[in-house]
Amino acid sequence: MKAWLPALLRMAVLLLLAVFIISPNWFEPLLKPLTENGAPAIYNQGSLLTLTLQHLRIVLMATVAATIVAVALAILVTRPAGAEFLPLSRSLVNIGQTFPPVAVLALAVPAVGFGEKPTLIALFLYGLLPIFENALTALTTLPGNVMEAARGAGMTGWQRLMKVELPLSAPVILGGIRLSVVISLATATIGSTVAAKTLGEVIIAGLISNNLAFVLQGGLIVAALAVLIYDGLSAIERYAARRMGQGAE
Amino acid sequence: MTIRLDKLGVVIAAIVAYAAFLAPFATFRANRIVPGQARSILEALPSTLGMLLLAIVIAAAIVALLRTPLVLRLIAGVVALVALSVLIGVAGGFLTPAGNTFARVSPASGFWLLIFAFTLLLADVLTRLNLSPGARVGVLVLAALAIAALLVSGRWDSLSILKEYASRADSFWAEASKHVTLALGSLAGAVIVGIPLGILCHRVEKLRAGVLNVLNIIQTIPSIALFGLLIAPLGWVAVHVPGAAAVGIRGIGTAPAFVALFLYSLLPVVANTVVGLAGVPRAANDAARGMGMTDRQRLFDVEFPLAFPVILTGIRIVLVQNIGLATIAALIGGGGFGVFVFQGVGQTAMDLVLLGALPTVALAFAAAIILDAVIEMTATKRRVETA
Repeated sequence: MKAWLPALLRMAVLLLLAVFIISPNWFEPLLKPLTENGAPAIYNQGSLLTLTLQHLRIVLMATVAATIVAVALAILVTRPAGAEFLPLSRSLVNIGQTFPPVAVLALAVPAVGFGEKPTLIALFLYGLLPIFENALTALTTLPGNVMEAARGAGMTGWQRLMKVELPLSAPVILGGIRLSVVISLATATIGSTVAAKTLGEVIIAGLISNNLAFVLQGGLIVAALAVLIYDGLSAIERYAARRMGQGAE
Repeated sequence: MTIRLDKLGVVIAAIVAYAAFLAPFATFRANRIVPGQARSILEALPSTLGMLLLAIVIAAAIVALLRTPLVLRLIAGVVALVALSVLIGVAGGFLTPAGNTFARVSPASGFWLLIFAFTLLLADVLTRLNLSPGARVGVLVLAALAIAALLVSGRWDSLSILKEYASRADSFWAEASKHVTLALGSLAGAVIVGIPLGILCHRVEKLRAGVLNVLNIIQTIPSIALFGLLIAPLGWVAVHVPGAAAVGIRGIGTAPAFVALFLYSLLPVVANTVVGLAGVPRAANDAARGMGMTDRQRLFDVEFPLAFPVILTGIRIVLVQNIGLATIAALIGGGGFGVFVFQGVGQTAMDLVLLGALPTVALAFAAAIILDAVIEMTATKRRVETA
């Protein structure tokens, strides 16, 4: 019974999330006790469904861009031509990770103005780091005998990269993407402080008007999204690891 | 003789060329929120100083571009950074019309790019020098002293960010101490609770998966949501538990921020304690048992010291993360540097944003360097002892 319980739980969360986003008014009686002075219990300045989709879109765009750039950079610094950049890129990643997401977000505003753009930039820059770090770790710790065999089989550098190195690195790179997505989902909520249309809008509206129902629904939707996506990506990662014969954990 | 180029130097020289000749060095605004006018290096400085700065920047870029000895690159980087830092202050004074207290001068993209380029050069030199942990902290202290000297000497007082500071000096230090208290206090709480919890998880296998899973889920909840979600339960506690309100527990403010940071801090501490203890060599434990050590002695004299560097790594993650997250506490009235960031965003006063963001970044950066050095020192000490 243990095996199907988590799966069932996930399905239930997913279902609940979907129902809540599509017709939040069904839940009004549940949230009503949290409001004061007859304030609305369900966010009424925009549809939760649209906000959720916009939230996911920003995160998706930033993550795709970050993945492409981070993996390309990691490949570059692990080739002989870019090897000179390897130590520096490591320290840059270390330094970069000390930048708080809020600071990145706020500092992007003077450069590009308010709205979706600074959020995208912050998510992209902040998302780069975990992916780059994992891709670097994966590409520099490939088993030597496998690489030797690939070379012995007469594969060119390009073939080795596409057929051996990247597939073997896939699970670890996916781990980086998962971290990056979870950070981005959270950072995107802060994006609403610079006028990006995300679920953060609901939370901030709640904080400003002292309406706990808003805070709760915004927070729970983002949290549920984060947990579900984290779970889903972990599953893909385990699948990729199994395919590479690395047997998860 | 063939001229050999440094690959990173090409990147640096390209950035410098763009930043020095095409991008604005400083921005001049008639007051703190109107859009600014760009000023190039030669427009922003008295002509001799402007030429001097251009000469220094170009010379340093050439040193970076060619394959030169590390010492020369180090000197070039330091000289360029010092010249930039001092002269941006001069530009502030030069561009502000005499007696005008509304005009604002702030560093513009060209200045920041130049700083970035030469920091890159220095970072590369320092990485290649492979400094010892102590020396790295030394470099950090030197840099901090140099910045402090510039701040105290008043050379930067004509810059907009320091004018923002001047008009709220008191609240700046109050928020700074709140920020540090939040970050360090929640870390202390997490260490006090997390390490015993980690030890427990290590000893009792049944607990391990459950505890780590719950902490993992907490970690995925976005900070702003967790801050918000804690308002309700803490508000309830404040109303219903006698004495709670008296010790400062309230729905909004510092209490929910503290609790949220504490919850976020638990996972790295607990997980690293478990990993560290699991990595203690079996032989060490067997030897300790053979010597007749009790469980308690084994824990404190053998397992814990051996696992310490790994636990410290967890603490480093937490501290850097907390310093960043504490900015968000401002949204629920918890104070900290975030107050300036969000006020600045609200007033579209970017210098106010910088006033909050730069100290946060500096704190996080310093914490990372210091803790990295400590981790390396404890790890090497251990290797020497066991060797």
